[in-house]
Amino acid sequence: METGFWSAYAWPGIVILAQCLLVLVLLLVALAFLLYMDRKVWAAVQLRRGPNVVGPFGLLQSFADFLKFVFKEIIVPAGADKTVFFLAPLMSFVLAAIAWAVIPFADGWVISDLNVGILYIFAVSSLEVYGVIMGGWASNSKYPFLGGLRSAAQMISYEVSIGLIIVGVLISTGSLNLTEIVRAQDGAYGFLSWYWLPHLPMVPLFFISALAETNRPPFDLPEAESELVAGYQVEYSSTPYLLFMIGEYLAIVLMCALVTILFFGGWLSPVPGLPDGVFWFVAKVTLVFFLFAMVKAIVPRFRYDQLMRLGWKVFLPMSLGWVVIASMLAHYGVPGYARW
Amino acid sequence: MLSADLYVVLPEALLALFAMAALMACAFGGQDRWASGLTWLTAAFFALLGLIVSFRDGGQEAFGGAFVSDGFARFAKALILFSAAAVLALSENYLRRRRILKFEYPVLIAMATLGMMVMVSAGDLMSLYMGLELQSLSLYVVAAFRRDSVKSTEAGLKYFVLGALGSGLLLYGASLIYGYAGATRFAGIAEAVHEGGLSLGLLFGVAFLCAGLAFKISAVPFHMWTPDVYEGSPTAVTAFFATAPKVAAGALFARVLFDAFGEVSAEWRQILAFLAVASMFLGSIAAIVQTNIKRLMAYSSIAHMGFALMGLAAGTQQGVEALLVYLSIYVAMNVGAFAFIMCMERDGAPVTGIGDLAGLARTRPGQALAVSALMFSLAGVPPLLGFFGKWMVFVAAVDAGLAPLAVAGAVASVIGAFYYLRIVKIMYFDEPGLSLTGSMPFAHGLALTAAALVMSLGWAPGLSGFGVPELAATAAAALFN
Amino acid sequence: MAVATLAFYLFACTAVAAGALVVLSRNPVHSVLWLILAFFSSAGLFVLMGAEFVAMLLVIVYVGAVAVLFLFVVMMLDVDFAELKAGMAEHLPVGLLIGVVLLTQLALALGGWAFSDAAPALREAPAEAVGQVHNARALGRLIYDDYVFLFQAAGLILLVAMVGAIVLTLRHREGIKRQDVLKQIHRERHEAVELLDVKPGQGI
Repeated sequence: METGFWSAYAWPGIVILAQCLLVLVLLLVALAFLLYMDRKVWAAVQLRRGPNVVGPFGLLQSFADFLKFVFKEIIVPAGADKTVFFLAPLMSFVLAAIAWAVIPFADGWVISDLNVGILYIFAVSSLEVYGVIMGGWASNSKYPFLGGLRSAAQMISYEVSIGLIIVGVLISTGSLNLTEIVRAQDGAYGFLSWYWLPHLPMVPLFFISALAETNRPPFDLPEAESELVAGYQVEYSSTPYLLFMIGEYLAIVLMCALVTILFFGGWLSPVPGLPDGVFWFVAKVTLVFFLFAMVKAIVPRFRYDQLMRLGWKVFLPMSLGWVVIASMLAHYGVPGYARW
Repeated sequence: MLSADLYVVLPEALLALFAMAALMACAFGGQDRWASGLTWLTAAFFALLGLIVSFRDGGQEAFGGAFVSDGFARFAKALILFSAAAVLALSENYLRRRRILKFEYPVLIAMATLGMMVMVSAGDLMSLYMGLELQSLSLYVVAAFRRDSVKSTEAGLKYFVLGALGSGLLLYGASLIYGYAGATRFAGIAEAVHEGGLSLGLLFGVAFLCAGLAFKISAVPFHMWTPDVYEGSPTAVTAFFATAPKVAAGALFARVLFDAFGEVSAEWRQILAFLAVASMFLGSIAAIVQTNIKRLMAYSSIAHMGFALMGLAAGTQQGVEALLVYLSIYVAMNVGAFAFIMCMERDGAPVTGIGDLAGLARTRPGQALAVSALMFSLAGVPPLLGFFGKWMVFVAAVDAGLAPLAVAGAVASVIGAFYYLRIVKIMYFDEPGLSLTGSMPFAHGLALTAAALVMSLGWAPGLSGFGVPELAATAAAALFN
Repeated sequence: MAVATLAFYLFACTAVAAGALVVLSRNPVHSVLWLILAFFSSAGLFVLMGAEFVAMLLVIVYVGAVAVLFLFVVMMLDVDFAELKAGMAEHLPVGLLIGVVLLTQLALALGGWAFSDAAPALREAPAEAVGQVHNARALGRLIYDDYVFLFQAAGLILLVAMVGAIVLTLRHREGIKRQDVLKQIHRERHEAVELLDVKPGQGI
């Protein structure tokens, strides 16, 4: 009994816990440097220096920010709904973190190799809106509320096109498993076998939708500081704010990872012959994140009606049409579109 | 396999494609400028489909029995399509003059008609629900079609909320039936009933199913929405409510009860007998105090549904035949009556008071005569056709051993005659007040005259109801095979 | 097995408790949040049954989209709860009475309920057994092969709902300036800017 319990439940439990912790810690450390990169890119575009004081080249800036946030006082607005007020940032953070459970960093390097992995990611990322909308409502203040409402409408709108684009890729792979999706792109021609080529029209669409889905500039209307001061984050301070922030960036990096997995072959090496591995995955994610940072630095913010128009009148028909086209191409066995 | 199935549902598929093509064409093309033409086109398409349905070979099943296209379904479909075509053709003028004709109107009516066609062909609880919901949802929208009017909006909302309640009851019953019979196909349910009898769970299911369908057919005690919806909706829409959906719901009622529960008719006949008596009496008595002709027609339809259900309560082939004949006559009368009501207006605004008809016999003797014929027929005065519909239902009830029901029907019929005859009296003997203005468009005149002539002459031996009774007999026989 | 049982009870109890709290909580926004929890627990139950595809769809569609719109609407409603409660107190006795009567009837009837003998045989096993075929595939086969007619009918119903919503709410207001992106993009310089050679002291 004792040993049975130990070998059946406790040991696997500890292993799983250790894996989760490992991924989370590595992810958070990586995030610190990605944040630094984000600010550096932004600064470089604007001909500034960016963070350069804490540590060599300012590399430790994120850690200093972290400490500062943690040690500040938590301020709760008088009319706030306390439970929901604190639940919101927690949700934002936890949801962004648990989505990583199904991301394959390399072949077999995944915490949970779910059969419906892509749906899981889609489900979790569709839940992320709750952090924002709950935070906006619970603050009991006008600007946060407007920010929350905007974000609700925006995220739902762009989820639709993201979902349809994913469907296009799924038609090509015939599997909902993320590892399978990457394996499906493993061809003889290196980076030419990846799905960015057959699904070329959808790559920019997905990228832009991902920007909108994660409230990233130029679609950061929920927090548009010029109109809404900081949107749903106005009333947040200290650790809750930090959680929002980390959650947001985790979601962004998750989207980068998703772009990598769906269109750029995950851990696969771009040149046939070179070994595949986690290195390629990290490199690709960083590259996509660099694009995210460049967009933030370069593109001015959209107006809200333009955002909605783009989502519903441009992206939705295009991605829907692409599903039809991709299905037809897959049905007639055009190489690259069908492998089943 | 699939192409054979598609051949069976060809009329439905054509209608669906037509509606979607029309929607796209108008949305990207002429918008509401094409609405008028599209309405006529849709009406013509209905008529064409009606002909196609009438002359196709029947007795086929598709999709593993979820869709049945037998003689019964084809009779009901032809009736639905022709009446929908007539009402749609009449409503174009009305809606255009009220400036509420939009291209979505014919599209929604086409969708509703499609739903009704699926309803009468349902061979499965799920396809029953799909058809019903397609029909209801479209009707909720057209009820609120004059969206600037509080009454129309109220009608739509009321219809929607109560209709959703009715659907809920129906679904509850359907889930009980599925749970206790283990099948959603009518054939499977019939098999389960055959082997295990009607268990209590199934009985509950049937009761809830009947309640849900009674909602849709507006039988008492599920009639509350009818007068308000009839009054609030634009008259053209009311005319539609009073015709095709009643046929569809009546036929669906017969279909589900006989196909799935035909063996235990003794159990559900009581429910239907109660619905029939309550509807006949409430419809007849409550109509007496009405002063608005649309509300009056609402109560009239409640009473008529009571008579129609009596045929179903008989639980025999003869009863179903009577139901079909009754519904055909009822639809023809209503098309004529509403053709007139749609043209009731004074100085360009529609009027619906019964008092507004005062002295019509002097100002418009022809119309008054035709309307009187229709009213006599609605009341069931011999020798007009309306009488023969009632007669067939009564005979079916008596033959099935429901003599008290037939007697109650006769009493209710006499009570109901009062308010129909009151309209005739107002037209012929009251002093004319402010008379109606505006002329009657040709189509309306034609419909009114045709309906009146059919009602007055249809009984003649040479015409013998234009062959409808024979067709109905064949259709009813198909249901019992 | 024990973990699965434990998880089942956890999800089941959470679903029931959250469902109760949807009705009982005083704040409608909290009600929606409890509803979300109930959906979530139901999704957990689906996963335990081996229907992970349905579970994910439940989360994506109901939690990710439908409940967000609920929340959206509820948050914007300005409802006077005191007034609502007063109305409720008025109708509560009648409602309770009807509820109790229905419940007793159901309880009385429940004893006599029996399945048809043919029911177990008729209960079609529509999908392949769990574990043999991936359940997304099994579901696809059902929807697109066996029940394609119903699937298309459901599609038409949704189309009608969409058309209805537009018919009843869309208003084309006149006299409003609208942005025409194509027009903006296709504007040429010579349409917008005119070079004039203005002589000194003359003006245009």
